[in-house]
Amino acid sequence: MTDLTTTYLGLTLRSPIIPSAAAPLSEDLDNIRRLEDAGAGAIVLHSLFEEQLLREKFELHHHLEYGTESFAESLSYFPEPDEYHVGPELYLDHIRSTKAAIAVPVIASLNGFSAGGWVEYARLMAEAGADALELNLYLVPTDPDRSGAEVEQLFIDTLTQVRQEVTCPIAVKLSPFFSSLPHMAKRLADGGANGLILFNRFMQPDIDPEVLEVHPQAHLSGKGDLRLPLRWLALLHGRVPVDFASSGGVQRGRDIVKLLMAGAKATQVCSALLRHGIPYLGVLEQELCHWMEEHEYATVQEMQGILSQRFCPDASAYERAQYVRAVSSYEPTFDLETLR
Amino acid sequence: MTAKSYATLDGNEAVARVAYALNEVIAIYPITPASPMGEWADAWASEGRPNLWGSVPSVVEMQSEGGAAGAVHGALQTGSLTTTFTASQGLLLMIPNLYKIAGELTPMALHVAARSLAAQGLSIFGDHSDVMAARGTGFAMLCSASVQEAHDFALISQAATLESRIPFLHFFDGFRTSHEVQKIELIGPEVLRSLIRDEWVLAHRSRALTPDRPVLRGTAQNPDVYFQARESVNPFYGALPAIVQRTMDEFAALTGRAYRLYDYFGAPEATDVVVLMGSGCETVHETVDYLTAQGSAVGVLKVRLYRPLDAAALVAALPKSVRRITVLDRTKEPGSGGEPLYLDVVAALSEAWEGDTLPKVINGRYGLSSKEFTPAMVKAIFENLASDRPKRHFTIGIDDDVSHTSLPWDASFSTEPDSVVRALFYGLGADGTVGANKNSIKIIGEETPNYAQGYFVYDSKKSGAITVSHLRFGPDRIRSTYLITQANFIACHQWLFMEKLDLLAAAAPGAVFLLNSPYDREETWGQLPREIQESIIRKNIRVYAINGYQVARENGMGGRINTVMQTCFFALANVLPRDEAIAAIKTAIQKTYGKKGQEIVAMNLKAVDATLDHLYEVPLGLADSPIRRQPPVPANAPAFVREVEGPMLVQQGESLKVSQLPCDGTYPTATSQWEKRNVAQSIPTWDPDVCIQCGKCVAVCPHATIRGKSYDGAALAEAPPTFKATDTRDRAFGGEKFTIQIAPEDCTGCGICVDVCPAKNRANPSLKALNMEEQLPLREAERQNWDFFLKVPNPDRRSLDVTHIRQQQWQQPLFEFSGACGGCGETPYLKMLSQLFGDRMVIANATGCSSIYGGNLPTTPWSQDAHGRGPAWSNSLFEDNGEFGLGFRVSIDKQAHFAAELVERLRDRVGDDLATALINADQRDEADIWEQRDRVAALKGKLAGATDPDALQLLSLADYLVKKSVWIIGGDGWAYDIGFGGLDHVIASGRNVNILVMDTEVYSNTGGQSSKATPRAAVAKFAAGGKPSAKKDLGAIAMTYGNVYVASVALGAKDEHTLRVFLEAEAYDGPSLIIAYSHCIAHGINMTTAMHHQQAIVESGRWLLYRYNPDLAAQGQNPLHLDSRSPRKGVQESMYAENRFKMLTKTKPADAKRLLAEAQKDVDSRWQRYQALVQLHEPKQPPAPEAPPNPDPEA
Repeated sequence: MTDLTTTYLGLTLRSPIIPSAAAPLSEDLDNIRRLEDAGAGAIVLHSLFEEQLLREKFELHHHLEYGTESFAESLSYFPEPDEYHVGPELYLDHIRSTKAAIAVPVIASLNGFSAGGWVEYARLMAEAGADALELNLYLVPTDPDRSGAEVEQLFIDTLTQVRQEVTCPIAVKLSPFFSSLPHMAKRLADGGANGLILFNRFMQPDIDPEVLEVHPQAHLSGKGDLRLPLRWLALLHGRVPVDFASSGGVQRGRDIVKLLMAGAKATQVCSALLRHGIPYLGVLEQELCHWMEEHEYATVQEMQGILSQRFCPDASAYERAQYVRAVSSYEPTFDLETLR
Repeated sequence: MTAKSYATLDGNEAVARVAYALNEVIAIYPITPASPMGEWADAWASEGRPNLWGSVPSVVEMQSEGGAAGAVHGALQTGSLTTTFTASQGLLLMIPNLYKIAGELTPMALHVAARSLAAQGLSIFGDHSDVMAARGTGFAMLCSASVQEAHDFALISQAATLESRIPFLHFFDGFRTSHEVQKIELIGPEVLRSLIRDEWVLAHRSRALTPDRPVLRGTAQNPDVYFQARESVNPFYGALPAIVQRTMDEFAALTGRAYRLYDYFGAPEATDVVVLMGSGCETVHETVDYLTAQGSAVGVLKVRLYRPLDAAALVAALPKSVRRITVLDRTKEPGSGGEPLYLDVVAALSEAWEGDTLPKVINGRYGLSSKEFTPAMVKAIFENLASDRPKRHFTIGIDDDVSHTSLPWDASFSTEPDSVVRALFYGLGADGTVGANKNSIKIIGEETPNYAQGYFVYDSKKSGAITVSHLRFGPDRIRSTYLITQANFIACHQWLFMEKLDLLAAAAPGAVFLLNSPYDREETWGQLPREIQESIIRKNIRVYAINGYQVARENGMGGRINTVMQTCFFALANVLPRDEAIAAIKTAIQKTYGKKGQEIVAMNLKAVDATLDHLYEVPLGLADSPIRRQPPVPANAPAFVREVEGPMLVQQGESLKVSQLPCDGTYPTATSQWEKRNVAQSIPTWDPDVCIQCGKCVAVCPHATIRGKSYDGAALAEAPPTFKATDTRDRAFGGEKFTIQIAPEDCTGCGICVDVCPAKNRANPSLKALNMEEQLPLREAERQNWDFFLKVPNPDRRSLDVTHIRQQQWQQPLFEFSGACGGCGETPYLKMLSQLFGDRMVIANATGCSSIYGGNLPTTPWSQDAHGRGPAWSNSLFEDNGEFGLGFRVSIDKQAHFAAELVERLRDRVGDDLATALINADQRDEADIWEQRDRVAALKGKLAGATDPDALQLLSLADYLVKKSVWIIGGDGWAYDIGFGGLDHVIASGRNVNILVMDTEVYSNTGGQSSKATPRAAVAKFAAGGKPSAKKDLGAIAMTYGNVYVASVALGAKDEHTLRVFLEAEAYDGPSLIIAYSHCIAHGINMTTAMHHQQAIVESGRWLLYRYNPDLAAQGQNPLHLDSRSPRKGVQESMYAENRFKMLTKTKPADAKRLLAEAQKDVDSRWQRYQALVQLHEPKQPPAPEAPPNPDPEA
C-alpha cells in the first residue's frame, strides 16, 4: 500500500497534491468538497486580494455618491443599506464554512503588495479557523529609483507584520525574480516563514498590434513551466530550513514525482484541474501511486529531496554551468568559481 | 413622559419611520417628492426590520399609483394594516379607490407629500392642489406643518383611523416639509404602543374578507337605496373630530407635544387672524410672534384637521375679538367662488359664529409650486387685511400685472433673530456640497443642543447642476420655512458662479464669504468680478478662501471637495468652538464612511487636517476689477429668451411678472443654444490628421456638442485662425473639406466621444483623433470656431446616404445642449431621430428623464433648422403617453385626409397635375419630401388671397400634405409599467406611430426605482435586496401582434444597426416599437466608457439586437432577424462592472450568487427562445413538386 502522507508547514497531509489558490477551484463549497473527495491533501483557498478589496471599497463609495444630491427628483440612485461587507468578512465566512465542511487542512491565502493595515486580515483568517496562511507577496517593480534591496525589505517587513499577527504556520509564495533567491529565501525563513512556495505566476500582458492596445492575460501553466520550480526546489532544499511546495507545471503524476524528488513537501496543482476538471486530481494521485508502486517507493517521504542539489549525484546539474556543458564537450578541470 | 430622543432627518423619513412601524402591507410606487418614503420602507423591509408587532411588513411595488391604490384596497379588505405614499398625479390616480376605501369605512393612513398638479406645466414642487382634489373622497385629512408634526401626525392619523374607521389622508408640504431636514424629537416605541390599541387592530382584522366568515362587499346599488346607504356613515364622521382631539391629547400626555384640531397662536385679543394649513403656518407663526411682540393684535389659526371640518371647533379656536380674517389657500381652483379652505371657513363662520358681527373674511393664494412665502409677505397680508379696502382673492409672492391680484410686500422685512446662524452654500451637484451640508446639520443637530434646519434648492439640469443649501442653526426651535435672505455665512464652492450669479445678494452686513478659489492669496481678490468686490466692501464682508480642488486632489478625493469645504465652514462659522467642531467632523466622518471602509475614513480625515493648513483670509483691495458679471444670455438672443428665460437661468425667475409668462404653457423651441453653461473642466480637441471621419463621436455625443460636416473649401476663406479642416475622405464628397468641431461652452466634458473614437495616433497610441484638454485655455478660440462652424452651410440633406453613420451624422441635430446627465445614454437616440426626421416629427413624450431634459424650463434642447422647422414636442402625463401620441396620429391623419379632400374639391383651381401629384406623392425619402414641400408651396401660391371657405380651410391644412412622423417617446417606467396598457392598445391599433422606449431598466428620473424592465439581480430602490424576477420581454409581447415593427437596439454596441432600425421603423406604415438600451447614471457605471460597456452587454447576451419587420413577412421572408451573435461570455463580467449588480455582493452576498446564476439562466433561455422564434418565422418552403413519372424506365 502506497503511503502518500507528507508533512507541510507542520501539518500532516494525507497526500502531497493540493490545489493551489484559485477562485474557480475554491470559491464554491461544493467544489471544495469535490476536491477533498478527489484526494486533495489540503485545500488552499483562493486569495483574498488586498488590491481588490481596496479597489472595491473605493468603487462602491464612488458609485454610491456619483450623481447624487444634484437634481431634486433623484437625490440618490441606490438604496443605502445599513451594512456593507466591504472587508474580509465574506472570506472569513468562507474559511469557517470550509473548515466545517471538510476534514483536510484549510490554508487561507492572502494576496498583498504592501505592509499596512490589511495585515490584520491575517489574524482574522487564523481566528476564523485557517490551519495555515499562504502569503502571496507580489510586486512588479517599475520605479528605477527603487533598489532590489528596498523591494526585498518591503517583503520582509510585510512578512514580519503578519508573523506578529498570527501564530499559525505561514507559507510565502514567491516570485522567481530575485537576484539571489537563496538569500531571499533565507531571510524569509529568518523572518518567520514556515514554508516557501515556488513560484507565483504573474499576469503577463500581451500586445494587440491591430488596435494598438495592451491586454493583461492570464495563461494556464504548461509542461515546460515545471522546470523553473524544479530547479529552485532542488537548489534550496536542505539549505533553507523551511518546507517547500511547488506551484506550476504539474500536468501528470510523473511531474509530481519529479518535484518531490527535487525537494517539495507538497505540490500545488491548478492549471491541470482547470483544464481537465476537479476529478483529475484523483487521476494525478493514481498516476503518482502507480509510478511509486512500479518503482517500489512505499512512501512519499522516501522520495522527497533525493534529487535535490545536496543529494544529487551531479550537483552542478542544477547550476548555470550546465548550460555551458550542453553546448560544449569540454570538461573544465578547475573550479570556475575561483576565477571570479 | 419618556426620555427625549432627537434625530435630524427630513419629513419623508420622519413619516416613513412611523408608517413602517404601524403597518403590515405597504404598496409603493415612485413619485416625487414622496418616493423616499417608499424607498425607506423597501430598504428597511429588505434589512428585515420588524414593525411594532415584531413582523417585517410586506412591501410591494406596483405598476402605477392606481395599481398601488388597488393593492392597498385589497390588502385592507383582507385585514392587513396597510399604507402607501404618494403625491400629485399619483394621488389623482388613487382617487377612485379612495372613494371605495372610505365608502367601506376602512381604516388606513395614506401619507401624501403634497405637490402641484400638472396644468399649464408640470411641477414637482409643493402646494395643496393634489390633496384638494381628494377632499371629496371621504378620507379624513390631517395636515402637518413641519417635520416634527409630520412625524407626530403620522402616528395620530394612524391611531385615529383605527379607532374611527375613517381612513386618513395625512399630508405635508412637498419639498418644504418632505425634504427639509430638521432636528426633531423622535416618537419612541412605547408611545406607539400606547396609542395604537391592539383591540382596534383586531377589530379591523375581524372585518376582513375571509371564506371562514363570508360576506359580500362592493355591491351595485340602485336608486332605491344608494342615497340612504351613503348617508349611513354620518355618525362615524360626526364622531371623528373628537377622536382626533382625544388622540392628540393622549399624545401630548406621552410626549409633551400638544396639538389642537385648530390651533390658535398669537395675541389673545387679536383682531386680525390668518387661517391656513401646511408649512406656511410656521412662517406665519414666526411673523405673528414678531408682530405681537411689537404690540400688534394679530394671530394665526393653524388648520390641522381639514376633513371632516369641525366648524364649531374651528370657530371656537378663534379669539372672540377677531374682526378680520384672511384665509390662505395653497392651491388654485380657477373659476371658483374662492379657494376651498376659504369657502370652508366662510361656511364654518356662518354656521358657528356666535358673536354679534361676523368677522370679515378674505381669501388669498400663496406658495403655489413651493413659491417662497416669507414673513415679509405675511406682514403684507396683515396690512392688506387691516386696510380700509382690502384686496379680496389676492395673491402674494408674485407680481400679477395681468389680473392685478397680487399684494406688494417689503422684501427687506425680516424676523430672523440674531441668535440663528444662517448659512448659504452655492455648489455643484457633483462636488458633494449638499451631502456635506446634510452632514453638518446632523453634526450640529445631534452633537449639540442647537436646533438645526437644512433646505436645499436644486437646478433644472441634471449635468452641471447648481445647488444652493440653506442652513440654519440656533438655540430655539426654527420655524423659518422660507429661504435665507439675510445670511451671515455664504460659501461659493465653484468659481464659475462668480460671473453668473449675484452670490452676495442675500449677505447680511458683516457676513463671512468663503470661496473655493483656484487662485492664490494675492490673486484671488483681483479675480473677483467688480460687482462682488463692491458688495464685499459695501456690506463689510470678511472673505476667506481655499483652493478646495487642490486640497481634495492631494488627499485622494478627486473632485469631491465636500469634506474640505465643510471643514472650512466649521472653522469659520462659530457654531462650535473650532477644536470641538473639527473633532465633531471627524466623528461624523467615521460614522458616515465607516461602513464603507476605513481607507475612505482615513482619506477624509486626512483632507480635514490638510484643509486647515490651506484656509486663508483674503486681503481686500479696491473694487476695480475689470471682470464684470456676465448677462445670462447674449444680447443677440431672441427677446423672450433674454427677458423671460434669462432671469430663470440666473435664479431670478421669481422676479418675472405674470404677463411675461405664456398663459397656455406654450414655449418657443431652439432655446438651449443661448445658454452657455461652461460646465466642462476639459473638452475634446480634434486631430484632423488622425481622424478617419467615421462619425462615431458625433453619433454618441449626448449633448450634440461635437459635430462634423463636409463642405466647400471656399468657405474656409473666412475661417478663424485656429479653425481646423482637412480633406473629406468620403469619395462621394471628394474635393470638399471636412471638420469636426466642438461646442466648448456646451460640452459637459463626459469624454464619451473620446472613448468611442477608434482612430489612434500611430506615433503615440495614447492619443486618438480626439483628446481631452483643459477647457479654459481653449474656450475663447473654440467659441469663435464653433460660431464659424455653424455658419458653414450644412450639406444638402438630399445628397446624404443616411444609411451609414459616416454621412448621416452630417445631418443637423435638432436636439442639442440638453440638461441631461453627462454621458447620458438616452439623448444620443433622440439626437439621431431629430437628425433623421426632426423637420417633420411631432413628439409625445412621457413624463420622466426625457420630459425633464426635454421640457424643464428655462430652455429646451428641441431645436429648429434654417427653415424654422423642427420637432414639435409635448408632454401630457406619465401614464397616458401612448394614447396621447395616438391622438396626434389620428388627428394628423384626419387633417391630411381633409386636406386631400379639399385639394380634390379645388382641383380645378389647383391644377390637375399639381392636385394629382399632391395627393399621390410617395414621400418615401428625403428627396420625395422636399418635392412635396415644393408642391405645397406651389399650392399655397395658387390659393394666396383666396377668401372662399374651402380655400381658407386648405391653406390652413396644406402643410399636412407633407408626411408627418409621429414619435411616442418615453422610458421603461412608462412603457413597461404605468403606460403599458395604453402602449399595448396603441400598437394594437395598427396606426402609423413610432414608439421609442429608452430603456434604462429603472425609473431614472425619480432616482432609480425598480421597474419591470429592471433585470434580475440588479439592486435598485424598491429592490434593495436585488430584483428577484426576470426583466419583462416587451419586444416579445409586441411581436405577438404580428403587424408591429419591433426592434431592440444598443447604440454603443452597433450604431449602424440603430440607424437602420430607426429608418425601417419610420418607413413602416404601421406601429413600430423600438426598445433602446440606454445606459444610465443609476446603473453605477463609468459613464465615459458606457458605450463600450454596451458592447460587452450585447456580447454577453444580456441585451439582444433584433428586428421584427412585418413587411418582410408580407414579402415571404423571415420577419425576425437576430442581429447580435450568440452570447460569447457569461453575464458576470459585464454585470459586475455595474454597481447595481456588484453592490449586492457587498450587501447580500449569498443572494447575489444565487441571483447571478438565475440571471445567467434568464439570458441563456431567452437566447434559445429567440433562436426558436427565428426558426418559427422561417417561411414555409413550398412543398417540393412531385417527381414527374420517369419517362424512361431504363434510366
